[in-house]
Amino acid sequence: MAAGFAQWGNDLYSGKRSYNIVGHRNRWFLFSGALVALAVTFLLARGLNSGIEFRGGSQFLVSNVSNTSQQIATDAVIGVERAAVPLVSLVGGNSVRVQAGDLTADQVTAVRSALASGYGVATSDVTSTFIGPSWGADVTQKALRGLVIFLVLVAIVMTLYFRDWRMAVAALVALGHDLILTVGVYAAVGFEVTPAGVIGLLTILGYSIYDTVVVFDKVRENTAGVADQKRHTYAELANLALNQTLVRSINTSVVALLPVAAILFIGSFLLGAGTLRDIALALFVGMIAGTFSSIFIATPLQVALRARERGIAEHTTAVLQRRVAADVAVTASGVPAAITVSAAPLHAGGHLGTAAQPKRKKRRSPGNPKR
Amino acid sequence: MRTLVVLAIAIAALFGTIVAGTQFSKATLVPKLALDLEGGTQIILTPVLDTGATVSDTTITEAIRIMRQRVDSSGVSEAQITSQGGRNIVVGIPGKPDQATLDLVRKSAQMRFRAVLGVAAPDAKSTTATPSASATATAKPSAGATPTAKPSAVATPTAAPTTQSTDLPAKPTSASDPAYLTPGLMAVFDGLDCTKPENRRGGGADDPARPLVACDPTGTQKFLLGPVELEGKDLSSADSGLKMGPNGVVTNEWVVNLQFTGAGAKKFGAITTRMKPATPPFNQFGIVLDGLVISAPAVNEPITNGQAEISGGNITRTSAATLANQLSFGALPLTFSVQSEEQISATLGAEQLQRGLLAGLIGLVLVVIYSMLQYRTLGLVTVASLVIAGTITYGLITLLSWTQGYRLSLPGVAGIIVSIGITADSFIVFFERVRDELREGRTLLAAIEQGWERARRTILAADGVNFLAAVVLYFLAVGGVRGFAYTLGLTTIVDLVVVFTFTHPVLRLLARTPFFAEGHKFSGLDPNQLVSAGARYRGRGQVARPALAGAAPQVADDGPRLTIAERRAAAARAQAAADGNDAADAGSASSKGSDN
Repeated sequence: MAAGFAQWGNDLYSGKRSYNIVGHRNRWFLFSGALVALAVTFLLARGLNSGIEFRGGSQFLVSNVSNTSQQIATDAVIGVERAAVPLVSLVGGNSVRVQAGDLTADQVTAVRSALASGYGVATSDVTSTFIGPSWGADVTQKALRGLVIFLVLVAIVMTLYFRDWRMAVAALVALGHDLILTVGVYAAVGFEVTPAGVIGLLTILGYSIYDTVVVFDKVRENTAGVADQKRHTYAELANLALNQTLVRSINTSVVALLPVAAILFIGSFLLGAGTLRDIALALFVGMIAGTFSSIFIATPLQVALRARERGIAEHTTAVLQRRVAADVAVTASGVPAAITVSAAPLHAGGHLGTAAQPKRKKRRSPGNPKR
Repeated sequence: MRTLVVLAIAIAALFGTIVAGTQFSKATLVPKLALDLEGGTQIILTPVLDTGATVSDTTITEAIRIMRQRVDSSGVSEAQITSQGGRNIVVGIPGKPDQATLDLVRKSAQMRFRAVLGVAAPDAKSTTATPSASATATAKPSAGATPTAKPSAVATPTAAPTTQSTDLPAKPTSASDPAYLTPGLMAVFDGLDCTKPENRRGGGADDPARPLVACDPTGTQKFLLGPVELEGKDLSSADSGLKMGPNGVVTNEWVVNLQFTGAGAKKFGAITTRMKPATPPFNQFGIVLDGLVISAPAVNEPITNGQAEISGGNITRTSAATLANQLSFGALPLTFSVQSEEQISATLGAEQLQRGLLAGLIGLVLVVIYSMLQYRTLGLVTVASLVIAGTITYGLITLLSWTQGYRLSLPGVAGIIVSIGITADSFIVFFERVRDELREGRTLLAAIEQGWERARRTILAADGVNFLAAVVLYFLAVGGVRGFAYTLGLTTIVDLVVVFTFTHPVLRLLARTPFFAEGHKFSGLDPNQLVSAGARYRGRGQVARPALAGAAPQVADDGPRLTIAERRAAAARAQAAADGNDAADAGSASSKGSDN
């Protein structure tokens, strides 16, 4: 498998095999647009299932129970506060989670001991949480403020680094796409939104931009001297960069997703709902979306933006005209012209190291010269 | 090579410091855990002003300081009280705190003015009530309106425990009436030992109508105070500044200026008028903040216009500012609203940590397997780098939990697990670049150098963005987000350190070994596997052509782009094929041209 993959990577790098992602960008924009629209629809239609942290209330978690009957919990809560409507759920194999509305501090203590005696566990095995109604709103507000500040900073940093605002715009659009998709998945599946989930969402910010930066760096390298040659258009070179970093993108995504998947797996099957699972869930969805968007959204969008630029547009026309002329000539000679964008298209070649120079004497190993 | 040695020394120094710390200080070999892993109680409070105004940073700092004094002196060790996001106070108490401690935290601090009935040395049993030594009164020369009083105790504020007696006089004439000094109260006063920290805990649960026995915050004096005469809300503002001399000239003496409200000014006028002729210590009034006497100035003259000035020989700029801050804080009608209160059982925390580490281990093993599949032996470099990164991260977290009081929380663990992927990505970017250079036909050493030069930029930019995200999250977020952002930022830096000082030098070293240099099949850097479509210059004027079935047509496809040399090579190969030889015989073309 690995050998085939390496071969595939070689072909992608050399341009022998190429996926015309940039050329079919409208198709991908449409696809992503549909996904985003779907996500927004779900968000509007179903809304988010906000966790207790955002609603306010009390939550109890009883660990190490032998009898998982939910009635015990209901009785314990009702016994303390008649009006309460406890929400009891089973978490993991041997934990019971009880959510109740607003209880006073005394009631929380009472419910705690009632639960402990009801389930026959020590009071220390009962975790209680009380969350004021404004806490979640506070977290959300802080997160949103952090988001905005981060976006502004990233736009500045990327514009400075790439010396091109279009790349910053494209990266931010891709980022927005990732966030909306992740939130949409939450709405569609009905996962509970917790502060930990918000943490995961915020991490996607960093990851998505990170992924895009790596691809853009290659795009920039490939297109550095685009105006100095007439063989390929900007779009073709950008597409080559995409193909050349495809192996990297896949490897990176797999490597990044493996630990997250491990958390998700452990969190879902062994721990039940909890901080780890919530973070991993958001990350899992967001990382997949992030990899997708850095390839199919960010670069094509960046090319689309640049293609409107006068210099680039003129260059593209010139290249195409030249190609048509060559094509006519070639076709006349009976050989069809195939446009292949090859590896390292624009660099005339650099020094390959002294070891690559011709040698007078025969060496045992060309890669291990004695100097 | 030298970088590797430096790295080894740095890691040794890191762990040496920690080990030395365990010997000579309070350091531990494992990082300290936050509440969600250790078990305990976490309360998040938001200070709320009755007026609805915003709470300033100074107020929050002051509130935290008072809370810390309360919690620390109540014998709870290692409570963490921090402000988060500019307006929340997070109190974390490990273990199982009792209800009294929890109530203590939630209670807001009160500032009250009481008449001084007696002053004594801090330890128990010293029965003679003497006036405080430094209480001299200086008349304010200007308009005569502001009296100056010498504070007897300008020290750091905070809460001390107070005791009260139920033994009340029948009909006291005023709040300064010596009749308050009943035997019962005197017994309480004598019994109070202000040198013990637990007696300086404060809490402010005293009955305003009764006399009070209180310490000063440093435990240098104890006070016997009459009933409350003025409340904090009677004070409208307090600030510190340089004293104005008689002619409006600024002197270099620091004072604290008090401004009372209308009602407060009236009451304060009555108090000062009454106290002025009294003998020490009855001419002093004590300012009690959260059960501790933060200042006990003596009255020089009646102050009826509501503007007072506290001056004295030993007030410095810092102590004046501290006192002014305390007074301003005490003047605020501040209450705390509980945002969230969480009791985490130690069992659950331990379970979460264990499972979290298990998840991390599984993730790590998966990453190792995948990189071995992808990069063969080179994957081992990834693994070694990850191990080094893990070691440094562990050391740093342990060091920080010792020096900075950092505690590892569950979101923090998640941050570390997530960072495995991002750290491994740096290596992937680097390796892929090296492979790209190999594909272009460079020798291994040259490929590593060239690939490193390009990958370095990418890694720096990408990690920079990641670090930016971590910093923004850390400073703007509340709650668990911070723990996550902290480890994410930390591991990003560690990632850079490892790539620069370990992965790159190690790869350079490895490139000199025959196994890698000759491109062994399992080295992950086999040029024959990497170069399939393009020509590879093999040195000695020879170009290797990939062994492809349709090699010749493949080149011919590039018709318009062939160089002269390539065309000749293609012709030669076609000739060879026609001669019945295997066209796939690599290296048949003798030309110096490359595919460019």
